[in-house]
Amino acid sequence: MPAEHDHAAGGGAAAAGSAGLAAGRQPGSLAVRFDRAEARLGGRTIWSDVTLDVAPGEFVAVLGPNGVGKSTLVKAALGLVPLASGTASVLGRPPGQAGREIGYLPQRRSFDAGLRVRGIDVVSLGADGERWGVPFPGGGRLFASRRAARQRVKEVIELVGATGFAGQPIGQISGGEQQRLLIAQALVRRPRLLILDEPLDSLDLPSQAGVAALISRVCQEHGVTVLLVAHDVNPILSYLDRVAYIAHGGAVSGTPSEVITSATLSALYGTPIEVLSTADGRLVVVGQPEAPARHTDRHADGPALPW
Amino acid sequence: MVTSSLAVGAGSGAALGWNIGEDIRQLLALHFMVNAFRAGTIVAVLAGAIGWFMVLRRQSFAGHTLAVVSFPGASGAILLGISATAGYFAASIAAALVIAGVPRSPGGRGYSSESAVIGTVQAFALACGALFVSLYGGFLNSLTGLLFGTFLGISDGQVTTLLIVAVAALAMLAGLARPLFFATVDPDVARARGVPDRLVSAVFLLLLGCAAAEVSQITGALLVFALLVMPAAAAQQLTARPALSFMITIALGLVIAWLGLAVAYFSVYPVGFYVTTFGFTAYVASVIIRAAASRLARSRGLRQAVPA
Repeated sequence: MPAEHDHAAGGGAAAAGSAGLAAGRQPGSLAVRFDRAEARLGGRTIWSDVTLDVAPGEFVAVLGPNGVGKSTLVKAALGLVPLASGTASVLGRPPGQAGREIGYLPQRRSFDAGLRVRGIDVVSLGADGERWGVPFPGGGRLFASRRAARQRVKEVIELVGATGFAGQPIGQISGGEQQRLLIAQALVRRPRLLILDEPLDSLDLPSQAGVAALISRVCQEHGVTVLLVAHDVNPILSYLDRVAYIAHGGAVSGTPSEVITSATLSALYGTPIEVLSTADGRLVVVGQPEAPARHTDRHADGPALPW
Repeated sequence: MVTSSLAVGAGSGAALGWNIGEDIRQLLALHFMVNAFRAGTIVAVLAGAIGWFMVLRRQSFAGHTLAVVSFPGASGAILLGISATAGYFAASIAAALVIAGVPRSPGGRGYSSESAVIGTVQAFALACGALFVSLYGGFLNSLTGLLFGTFLGISDGQVTTLLIVAVAALAMLAGLARPLFFATVDPDVARARGVPDRLVSAVFLLLLGCAAAEVSQITGALLVFALLVMPAAAAQQLTARPALSFMITIALGLVIAWLGLAVAYFSVYPVGFYVTTFGFTAYVASVIIRAAASRLARSRGLRQAVPA
């Protein structure tokens, strides 16, 4: 699937065109599907008429301003929030029934700087943290399954490029390093679907770029479907297969080139928004309300950024 | 039994010599001292294990409250003429259930928002304890014993009770350990993975209540942190490896308890003071060791970064 999109050229958005609508989007084979879904919390409609298709292996972002119900969408996909109307399916099953096959990264949680637990321990919890009992130290020498689990933890830490700092207390490494370890934690059980809630929030720009590239690599090289929630599209825009915008109760989804246009976004947000195309064909969204960091715009075409 | 256990600092008349073998023989010659070591050992292991999680969960304040509440429990039990041990456990466990029942603010990870409630309850509990002691009227020393610890007159029955409660609590902790660790370090993901967060926290508070009640009987209600916090805090300074710091915690707790009891035997001052002093020393030493180690690592890193 991702082969249809030329990410490396950086012109993904423009080149992809209608590729996202190509054959293979039958409802049955979709990784995530929302059909005219509506969510209510405390009697208030959060969003309604949300239709979203995510095909296996795609990298899809759910975008929109803060407080619009993006996390609610994630929770609905996980089966933690029931739908008021419409239907949803995740990995071919009703939400909440694909537990082990979903890697979930909740909205940014920061670790207390004084927490004296290593990063590798946090990653290991992704493998068997909810099992009762005590993991006896040295069990790896006795049980093959423990050995395999430990090997897998080492593997995912390498995959996210965290080998150098996984042995340090997690409270003392940077936000970007923590986020890499948390992605590793979500990947330990080889999920088919990775759901990430604001993974780039409160990271500095180089870390945002690095983590975005990592997520894209996981998606492409390991065939993991990625559903990512964000309020700032720019760091991930060039990697995306599809986007869904939620704003003021409504939603629009499609390929980036379909959705990320000045007209569509201005209508969604109800405020003028410009989509600019840089010299190398990348799209940059400007004037987005509540863009977390103004300097995103200022530095967007700086030469040091790898996307 | 109660009366003798409250006679603190009676002075054993023993003399500390340079012959360590002889000192230890003296220590263990008396049955009450053997019982003191048995009780100290049981309490140190339980307090270390529960305290390790308590320090990690930042629930020291709750732990302190559960211990303070055991003071009116014990003094009230003495006043009513029932066993002080029963009073310790009843009060601490009841308080643990109350704290577990206080609704947590959504998204709040600890008990920080309830600290005002906990503080209020704590002050009231101390006041009640003081009232019970003065109502009982008898012994001037009893207040000191309940607040600052005693090791005299621990009966065989008391040791058995301590052991049964400790074994039960440790077995429960062993069953709970991994999800508890998960819910402590990474509550959001733990919840999403199906760890019954509230239940795990509530059971842990109950175990903490048991541990606080046990420690109170040795160190006194006000000095429980000597065995509940200090070994765990020191061990977590020394290493970030969970299994290793857990084992260091237990070892430190045992050393602190044994040394405290031994020195208290040869002196006239309360055992709580010595246990706390050794705990404090261990903590200060661990902070110094960690600072020195990180400075060493930094200077080595600098040397590598700037090749000569």
